[in-house]
Amino acid sequence: MDYGLDKKTTSLKTFNTIFIIVWLLIACFPFIWTFWGSFKVRADFFSRSDWWYAISAFNTLIETGGKFTTNAYSQAWTEGEFWKASKNTVIVTIFVVSISLFLGTLGAYALSRSTRNYAFWLLILALIFRAMPHITLVSGYLFPFFELQIWGILPTTIVVLVAINQPFTLWLLYSFFKTVPRELDESALIDGCSYFQTFRHIIMPVMWPGVITAGLFSLMLAYNDFTVTALLLNQENHTMVPKIQSYLGTNQHEGNLMWAVSSVVSATAPLFILVMFFQRQIISGLTAGAIKG
Amino acid sequence: MPNKTFFWFFLPTGLAMILFIGLPIISTGIQSFYAQHDQIVKEVKKCDPFGCTVSIVVDNEETSKIREAKPLGKFNGFGTYTDRNHLAVDEIKKFWNETDSFGAFIDQVTNLPFYKALIFTLTYCLFVTPNVLLLGFIIALSLNAVARKIRGPLIFGTILPMIVTPLVGSLVLFWMIDSQGIIGANIQNLMNDPYLSLKSSKTLTWITIIIYGIWHHSPFAFVVFYAALQTVPQEPVEAAIIDGASRFQRIKHIVLPHIYPVVTFVALISLMDNFRVFEPIIGFSAEGSAQSLSWLIYDNLVNEEVILFGSAAATSIMTIVGIAILLAPVLIRTWKEFRIAR
Repeated sequence: MDYGLDKKTTSLKTFNTIFIIVWLLIACFPFIWTFWGSFKVRADFFSRSDWWYAISAFNTLIETGGKFTTNAYSQAWTEGEFWKASKNTVIVTIFVVSISLFLGTLGAYALSRSTRNYAFWLLILALIFRAMPHITLVSGYLFPFFELQIWGILPTTIVVLVAINQPFTLWLLYSFFKTVPRELDESALIDGCSYFQTFRHIIMPVMWPGVITAGLFSLMLAYNDFTVTALLLNQENHTMVPKIQSYLGTNQHEGNLMWAVSSVVSATAPLFILVMFFQRQIISGLTAGAIKG
Repeated sequence: MPNKTFFWFFLPTGLAMILFIGLPIISTGIQSFYAQHDQIVKEVKKCDPFGCTVSIVVDNEETSKIREAKPLGKFNGFGTYTDRNHLAVDEIKKFWNETDSFGAFIDQVTNLPFYKALIFTLTYCLFVTPNVLLLGFIIALSLNAVARKIRGPLIFGTILPMIVTPLVGSLVLFWMIDSQGIIGANIQNLMNDPYLSLKSSKTLTWITIIIYGIWHHSPFAFVVFYAALQTVPQEPVEAAIIDGASRFQRIKHIVLPHIYPVVTFVALISLMDNFRVFEPIIGFSAEGSAQSLSWLIYDNLVNEEVILFGSAAATSIMTIVGIAILLAPVLIRTWKEFRIAR
């Protein structure tokens, strides 16, 4: 209850407002600027003579006849084969999210309902696995994958991303399952349900918020991954993020840097829209591990 | 839950983690003891009317044959660990004997690739982690003081840097800071130095990457701190106000002790993430002046001629050791708590 004890002085309020505005500018302006610049030609966005060209669109007017151009987008998506990369990203993301939720819910349910010591140690082991830098794991994968000739294809990458994602998913879902009271399971078991039936028909229906949160984090991992996808996929199967990096490498082509700019915007936009809708779930997911225990 | 049921529930996820996290670590360990084969050379005698010359050429056939027969490479023991690109034992001994001042010795050592990368990685962790905690806490406090109605959009704006992948985040900043970008060009104008650019100075590159790190990680700290602030009980705060405590005193003596466990959690997670810094180096194309341990591994793995599995694996194992040292205090504490709880 607020009794109005905590009186803020006007100067404090002003200072606070200014601070928030400055911070939001720092946090968001780079994205707005890139979005704006993606509709210009390279000579404007990366202007050697005058940065004001990016706003006045001096060269864009000369080269295309308009103040805004979507050339970078159309070229990157067709000529740059960004459509293929986004198709691959969609495939990888869908499979990673569904498989890791399936494995994660089963495992985390078992961890949350077990009273044995080994459940605790498995959680600690998962924490250690979570700390492993992905690139060190990749250096372990490459050689066996070459030998088994499963390098470069999407299924391998999907399985690897699922596995890398498991420790975090387990911890997250574990803390959500902990909040579901045990009495619910017990009454179902007494009524003659098997453990799996209890899990499927009693617990899962009340777990949707947790599952959605865990799904969002798996999605962000699969969608954003660079280390694994860049090294485990061949050129043909590259997803969006390694594709963007490949546009940077070939600077000879005049248009390529603008391809990178437009693909950065294309790749980030869906993510931002998603976050806009699911902000609450993402925040609850980030805090689940910290606050609840 | 009976052991048997637990086993079947946990099997799929356990199997995935053992196969694709446990085994790769072991595989890395094995690989680190092997090195790629040397090229087999043969002497070719070439005779022409003016006499015979002996030249040495690479025997491609033999080389590829031995590579196929033993794809892992030749056994090298700890050779890879001690060579010039890793711990550089011999070089350090040499520097120690040859240089006359300690400063010169340190200078020489920090020019070796592994130590260079280690120092950058540690510097990055050391500067980014505390600043992330501080900035995240200040943003949380300040957003917590805003009217509830407008908090939603403000939080959305705040967490954007965290949502995007590090490569995209660093590219977006790089395009502004680069000498042809909006900020870079204006700084050049202000300083009146047309050659001033990110790539021109090592210190500037390091500072930029560190600033990027703070920008990228602060939202995470913010989110966790913000949630923790909601759980601070109001009664002690009100009592403190009545007793005449200033705003700063209230934060120091009531709020901070309450959210202390969360602070350690955030510090741990961001230390783990900062230690693997890698994508920003590619995003800022800063390979020249800033290399991290993860970047060294990546560089070995994308090597043009032969993939340097052994070298990458040795760096990986040393990175894992580094992570273990970072995590050890936390693990020991958890274990103690666990024993007390029993």
